[in-house]
Amino acid sequence: MTYILVLEQILNGLQLGVMLFLMAAGLTLVFGVMGLINLAHGALYMVGAFAAAAVAGWTGSFLLALMASLAAAAAAGALMELVVIRRLYRRDHLDQVLATFALILIFSEGTRWLFGSFPLFLDVPSYLSGPVSLPGGIEYPLYRLTIILIGLAIAVGLFLLIARTRIGIQIRAGEADREMIAALGVDISRLYTLVFALGAALAGLAGALVGAIQSVQVGMGEPVLILAFVVIVIGGIGSIKGALAGALLVGMTDTLGGVFLPRLFTLFMEPASAASAGASLASMLIYILMAAILLVRPSGLYGGST
Amino acid sequence: MIPTRESFLNWAMIAALLIVPLAAWSLDEPFIITLATKAAILALAGVGLNIALGLGGLISLGHAAFFGIGGYAMGILAAHAQNYEPLFEWPFLFEGSNQMPLIWLVAIVCSACAALVIGALSLRTSGVYFIMITLAFGQMLYYFAISWSAYGGEDGLSIWVRNDFPGLNTLDPIQFFAIAYVILCLALFFAARLARAPFGLALAAARQNADRVEAVGLTPFTLRLTAFVISGAITGLAGALFADLNRFVSPTMLSWHTSGEIMIFVILGGVGRLYGPVVGAALYILLEHLLGGISDYWQIFLGVLLLLIVLFARGGLIGALAGREKAHG
Repeated sequence: MTYILVLEQILNGLQLGVMLFLMAAGLTLVFGVMGLINLAHGALYMVGAFAAAAVAGWTGSFLLALMASLAAAAAAGALMELVVIRRLYRRDHLDQVLATFALILIFSEGTRWLFGSFPLFLDVPSYLSGPVSLPGGIEYPLYRLTIILIGLAIAVGLFLLIARTRIGIQIRAGEADREMIAALGVDISRLYTLVFALGAALAGLAGALVGAIQSVQVGMGEPVLILAFVVIVIGGIGSIKGALAGALLVGMTDTLGGVFLPRLFTLFMEPASAASAGASLASMLIYILMAAILLVRPSGLYGGST
Repeated sequence: MIPTRESFLNWAMIAALLIVPLAAWSLDEPFIITLATKAAILALAGVGLNIALGLGGLISLGHAAFFGIGGYAMGILAAHAQNYEPLFEWPFLFEGSNQMPLIWLVAIVCSACAALVIGALSLRTSGVYFIMITLAFGQMLYYFAISWSAYGGEDGLSIWVRNDFPGLNTLDPIQFFAIAYVILCLALFFAARLARAPFGLALAAARQNADRVEAVGLTPFTLRLTAFVISGAITGLAGALFADLNRFVSPTMLSWHTSGEIMIFVILGGVGRLYGPVVGAALYILLEHLLGGISDYWQIFLGVLLLLIVLFARGGLIGALAGREKAHG
């Protein structure tokens, strides 16, 4: 085990972490501002990936594909909000869970109907494929490095949006007291649609970016959705800062655990059983992490009291 | 007690669930008997969830964990028995089992223990955190089952012959249906008694106003945890029966889609209604069978129906037919 391998895996963990942040940011904003739990967020991730794969298939341009993923997911999100979600803000969480679960069924089966059950493939463009040499003698895939940079850039952009712009002030005010900002003349329902579409666009972009590494298929959003839930539970629901911290923590834990736990187990077990025991434990590691954090801080790292 | 429209509906439902397979039996239609058995078993899982959800107000999106643990209890015990490989040799020799009563006992105990651990951790939180944490623990077991290669991993575990019940031929569909039906009726009876018992009343009170319950000297946490354990145990029993019905158990039983489906049974029928899960599971099986015959994408229709019920008919089917009065709570 060399330090190059360790550094590579840290970069992989960072890559998973920033993608999880793109998912978790939308979820946590929607919960923070509208008080809504949205299980269908993974469907928007899937919509983004499929839109990107379709557009890349027609035009051959990866950049257009990414644009399409943003636009399609934002449009799907806005539509979802206008038709269904806005009826749910005043309902209890059970109704929200069920209605958004119903949306998953509709979106998943609808996508299967449109595109079929076979996975689509989205190719990494030639100018982003191949390895790149990093200081310290590490060869790392250029595309993954690009993903990390895009994710970090979006994280910075999102913090600036929320901290510095008028719309960010309205979002924060909406979290604190929605009646008051409605009374101050902010069109609250337009703000809600906007926040929802923004979260959807981020999820769609994540879907497209990850879709080029993995395959694009129905149901691809759900494992990510659940990881994103773990992220925002760890970070504290409603906190963007918490989402970033949680995403990096989960990304690192999942990646490093999956690689190094089986190796660690070989120190005191025979190789075959060490591999399977290590893999089993690694698959549970982030949930154990979540349980441990909740024991110490029941409302997450950056969560207020709920 | 004055018979209400709802109690009439309940009796009609439970009678229909008995009459349909009996009619199918006399017409020699084993497939319909199997569908009815599936409905009875899924209803049992829903009755379990309804104790936590309807009575306790605990929105658990992780009940597939208990359903799957019940299923794996059946799979593991029966696999060891059929392969003649002892499950463990210390402190005594145990070769697994193909006796249903023992399998059920193990399923109940294991899922109750899992519910105790998951509940004790999850109930430290409430609201949306509780939903996400139960979901996450369910997924944890799902991924564990996938990576657990000793018992089939992703492929699951098949059993060649259905397990035995003393005095019955379980391979005969109508006899296996009878087992599932009797267990469902017992569970319904138990749930009805529980709802009226001091424990059930205290639990419902804790759902409505936890502070007042605490002020009269009861602990909401203990009440909820007990309800969660009972709920998990019943769902686990349903899981063991479901695995026996299919003679197959796989990680799918643990996936969060299963949790969502069990919740759909409860909601289609009506939350907090004692017979809601029976109506919901029967309706689900009916829809799956009818719509599934029309289109491979029948879950779109299920999704739309569920959406309409949540948005516009919040009492579920029983609520629509019997008006707004509730069975309990």
